[in-house]
Amino acid sequence: MNIIVCIKQVPDTTSVKLDPETRTLIREGVPSIINPFDMYAIEEGLRLKEKHGGAVTAITMGPPQADSALREAISLGVDEAVHLCDAAFKGSDTLATSYILAAGIRKLGAFDLILCGKQASDGDTAQVGPGIAMQLDLPQVVFVRKILELKDGRLTVERMMEEGYDVVELPLPALLTVTKEINEPRLPSLKGKMRAKKAALRTMSAAEIGADPARIGLEGSPTWVEKVFTPPHRGTGTVWKGEAEELVARLVAEIEKFKLG
Amino acid sequence: MNYFLTEEQQFIREIAAKIAREKILPVRAELDEAQEFPWEIVKILAESNLFGVYIGEAYGGTGGGVFDLCIAVEELSRVCGGISLCLAATALGTFPLLLFGSEEQKKKFLPDIAAGKRLVAFALTESGAGSDAGAIQTTARKDGDNYVLNGTKQWITNGGEAEIYTVVAMTDKSRGSRGASTFIVEKGTPGFEFGKKENKLGIRASATRELVFQDCRIPAGNLLGREGQGFIVAMKTFDASRPGVAAQAVGIAQGALDEAAAYARQREQFGKPIISFQGVQFMLADMATQIEAARALVYAVARAIDAGEKKVAKESAMAKVFASDTAMRVTVDAVQILGGYGYMKEYPVEKMMRDAKITQIYEGTNQIQRMVIASQMIKELAGKKE
Repeated sequence: MNIIVCIKQVPDTTSVKLDPETRTLIREGVPSIINPFDMYAIEEGLRLKEKHGGAVTAITMGPPQADSALREAISLGVDEAVHLCDAAFKGSDTLATSYILAAGIRKLGAFDLILCGKQASDGDTAQVGPGIAMQLDLPQVVFVRKILELKDGRLTVERMMEEGYDVVELPLPALLTVTKEINEPRLPSLKGKMRAKKAALRTMSAAEIGADPARIGLEGSPTWVEKVFTPPHRGTGTVWKGEAEELVARLVAEIEKFKLG
Repeated sequence: MNYFLTEEQQFIREIAAKIAREKILPVRAELDEAQEFPWEIVKILAESNLFGVYIGEAYGGTGGGVFDLCIAVEELSRVCGGISLCLAATALGTFPLLLFGSEEQKKKFLPDIAAGKRLVAFALTESGAGSDAGAIQTTARKDGDNYVLNGTKQWITNGGEAEIYTVVAMTDKSRGSRGASTFIVEKGTPGFEFGKKENKLGIRASATRELVFQDCRIPAGNLLGREGQGFIVAMKTFDASRPGVAAQAVGIAQGALDEAAAYARQREQFGKPIISFQGVQFMLADMATQIEAARALVYAVARAIDAGEKKVAKESAMAKVFASDTAMRVTVDAVQILGGYGYMKEYPVEKMMRDAKITQIYEGTNQIQRMVIASQMIKELAGKKE
């Protein structure tokens, strides 16, 4: 079974700041990690490989430093890593990113399954996974919380819903996005880290994946960010203590100040 | 301080720290209270290859040495000095095999140990033989192609949980300490049972148990080294393993300092964080200084051993004494800085204080260590020409 896992390098979520000028995330000096949801996709890929054989390839689109995310994926047990890296990719929105990743995946040859995290922790759009499926004309199920069965080239999975879940069957090749309920990702091993250090990553440029310059980067991105801002901190609340009767009167007086009625 | 670790050693530190933070921290108090062996953590350490850091690549390890082991043990002990013992005690039991095992014995046992599939325990101590190791009563009688073991070992770390035991027994009592030999005994061998499980002050997530041998018949090929070499095996084993205990002590001390410093920054009294008071500052400064000195000594000794230095008994004992005494002092001070909170089980420093105590006692009490240091000094003085 040939499995491709799409990963994204993101800033460690607790320390994100926005640049109001460029309207993008400030990434300099912020530690980077693999998008936490993609860790579940990697783990599921490795588990499928361990059960059914085959190979797992991690692919990412990103600047040169995204190399470290791919090396981390290798340290976890991924067999191959592919880096789509080109200055022309800069500024790509979710549509352009899906197009680029789909083009890169096409270059890799035959595959059975593409796995993605349900969304990235920085952009939170949950659009790139489904976008890739559209570009490659693949059946897809998003928010998968469990793979029930793989039999005769068909997958049966559970899709998380607001209340309960759906059981969906789909033919391979296909694309799934997974939620954190699906597994518990493993930690990197020492041998994995040593292998990752020496591993050769495959890098592909826009030209090498045959990308249409009009569909990548800022030019290929219809999304326009009008404004970004950090929401102001909400003030701390006040706690009143005392008898119910007295407090109710005080509360009513306070509400009346807002002239709601 | 930058100790200029190799990249592989930095990876060991990162992995051990991640396991400690993400997997050990959430369970340490519970396992301590319940005296439960950390099998879940053993599995994680095994998958991360940490059981093989001091074992050669030919046997499935990653080819590092005592220093690599110390880094892993220190980092795990920083969060739990009890759980880290499943690795440290396995290493103690494996050193006789690494140092004296035949190629055949190594090939048979080391791959499973390096993979973390089988834990190991070292069995020397008996009820009447601790510091006076020459007084051991357990016997091993040669009988054709077998040895037959009889006797009881006490306070064996990893006892009951380990699959492989390196056991010191007398093959010739008339020769005293020159009549001891070391054997590999596998769990499940008829005549080998486990006795009392101890209820301990600290390191409660580690198993400490009695081993009972009653006409336990093992293949003669399980003898490590030669007959009569038992004490040399034990002494050389301790020379190699003491930096590991010292690293455990450094880890426990560092963990206690981390807690105390963080607490002192946020705890306010008299309208200020208590870290702004010089009395607390001096305590923290002394704790940090002692820990760094202990760490530097442990690392230096571990590096010397890995570089092939043979005369390490004195320095190895110094590292163990200094680091364990430091751990005891620092953890007591950490409890003091946390005050009433430090005394409560809701905070981790009381456990660290309990865990620290054993490092002054086992693998040779600190009094025995001082005897080793002094006797080496006397030997050196006697060898000096005026």
